Amino acid sequence: MTDTAHLAARLPRLAEDEQRDVRRAHRPFPFDRVVLWGVTLVLAGGFAYIVAINPNFEWPVVGKYFFDPTVMQGLTVTLGLTVVGMAIGIALGLVLAIARMSKDRLAWSLSALFIWFFRGTPLLVQLIFWYNMSTLFPRISIGIASWDTNDLITPLTAAVLGLALNEAAYMAEIIRGGLLSVDKGQAETAEAFGMTRGRALRRIIIPQAMKSIVPPTGNQLISMIKATSLVSVIAMADLLYSVQSIYNRTFEIIPLLMVAVLWYLLITSILNIGQSAIERYYGRGDRGSANAIAPAVPDAVSEQESAR
Amino acid sequence: MTAPDRPLVRARDVHKAFGSNEVLKGIDLDVAPGETVVILGPSGSGKSTFLRCINHLETIDQGSIEVDGEQIGYRLRNGRLDRLSDREIARQRRKIGMVFQQFNLYPHMTALENVIEAPVGVHGQDRGEAVRYARELLIRVGLEQKIDAYPRQLSGGQQQRVAIARALAIRPKLMLFDEPTSALDPELVGEVLATMRDLANQGLTMIVVTHEIGFAREAADRVVFMDGGHVIETGPPDEVLTNPSHPRTRSFLGRFI
Repeated sequence: MTDTAHLAARLPRLAEDEQRDVRRAHRPFPFDRVVLWGVTLVLAGGFAYIVAINPNFEWPVVGKYFFDPTVMQGLTVTLGLTVVGMAIGIALGLVLAIARMSKDRLAWSLSALFIWFFRGTPLLVQLIFWYNMSTLFPRISIGIASWDTNDLITPLTAAVLGLALNEAAYMAEIIRGGLLSVDKGQAETAEAFGMTRGRALRRIIIPQAMKSIVPPTGNQLISMIKATSLVSVIAMADLLYSVQSIYNRTFEIIPLLMVAVLWYLLITSILNIGQSAIERYYGRGDRGSANAIAPAVPDAVSEQESAR
Repeated sequence: MTAPDRPLVRARDVHKAFGSNEVLKGIDLDVAPGETVVILGPSGSGKSTFLRCINHLETIDQGSIEVDGEQIGYRLRNGRLDRLSDREIARQRRKIGMVFQQFNLYPHMTALENVIEAPVGVHGQDRGEAVRYARELLIRVGLEQKIDAYPRQLSGGQQQRVAIARALAIRPKLMLFDEPTSALDPELVGEVLATMRDLANQGLTMIVVTHEIGFAREAADRVVFMDGGHVIETGPPDEVLTNPSHPRTRSFLGRFI
């Protein structure tokens, strides 16, 4: 006999109750899903076929230039600019976010002004501006030290400055949003335990804010990779610039653009994988449900449904 | 510099207002070392605010609060009173443990990590030693099975007991409990109160804001009854709870009988 048989609450059974047990149920055949899948696969297959056989894509040319040294150099510049721009952007963004949240009017105002300016003007304009800084300030001096602006602002520094400062303005708002999403009680608890503000931020607030900071940051990083293509206007040889320099010679425009497109897609795909790993790490306290009361209450009733 | 008979907590004429809303209207309170004081009173009587003033989570507008011979948030030297810097206030808080109504465990850390965070990071204790003591405390509050669990995986009562262990881990001279059982399901209140009763019996100095009259009766050395921002009655639990002299105390207690 089963364990439940001697429970007072057991009521009489009908013969058909066994047949009505929902565990025996069959799933309805999903005609609509099958049809949609079929149509989609046919369309996708057709499109892939057209792309594959269209001689204008010149796939052999794509293959030939995919690992071309010029392309590789451009790829390095794109990745380098992305990493440096993003790193400075995040670090400066964190400082700006904290300043924007502080009670200090001066810090608050400076941060607000920075964000207002660098978010409010197009990145392309900012890049051209940095590149032409020497027409505005021919010499830059700090104290008695003084430099020719053209020595300081090379295409590389102009590109890094433009990308990083613009990014910092966006990251500041993302980080601020993340910090605000953390329960106020957490900061108060850290305070009550005698933590300094810096330590409370580092150990308690930021790790919890990361959960809402990481997804939009991943977005920013992907935007940044593509935004680096703008630096080709100030003669920085990034990925796009390098394929352009090849097709300006060979006129194989489409296949070389395909080289760039495939590389951009490859990088962003790798970044997506990295992003999910980071999200899993910062979500580690979320495992298990709030009501997972283990053996706290040895309650007879709650154990019954598992024993049949 | 603490005189032998000087109270551990000494509050004089404490006033606090939020905007035009005056919450504390002149609170005087002494708490002797080893004493367990339970503060009772209706909602809005200012008892939680007063508790939060003791470790400077709220600043006070008038009066003074001293803990262990040091004025909280200020320093008196040659008749001149200076406000302390954030860093010095943080240092003063290190001898006061606090338990919150909403537990406020760090959700991204396991129970053990929650407990050792302040001892290692703030008090500069050796990690191995901190872990050893944290295990001891978690065993003491009955959670040796849950050492590596994240707060989300614990029931409310278990979370609050971790929070108590976390506060004890800094070896506090004073423990503050801000309505520690108010956010708990009724069947989980008992386990937390039992833990607190043990602490009271072990001679820890505690100030407890609560609605649990039963706990006040069993564990308190002294009951303080607050209403409308004033202390209106104070004394041993048998006296205040069985034979209150103030009509407001009587009407408040009447609701629990």
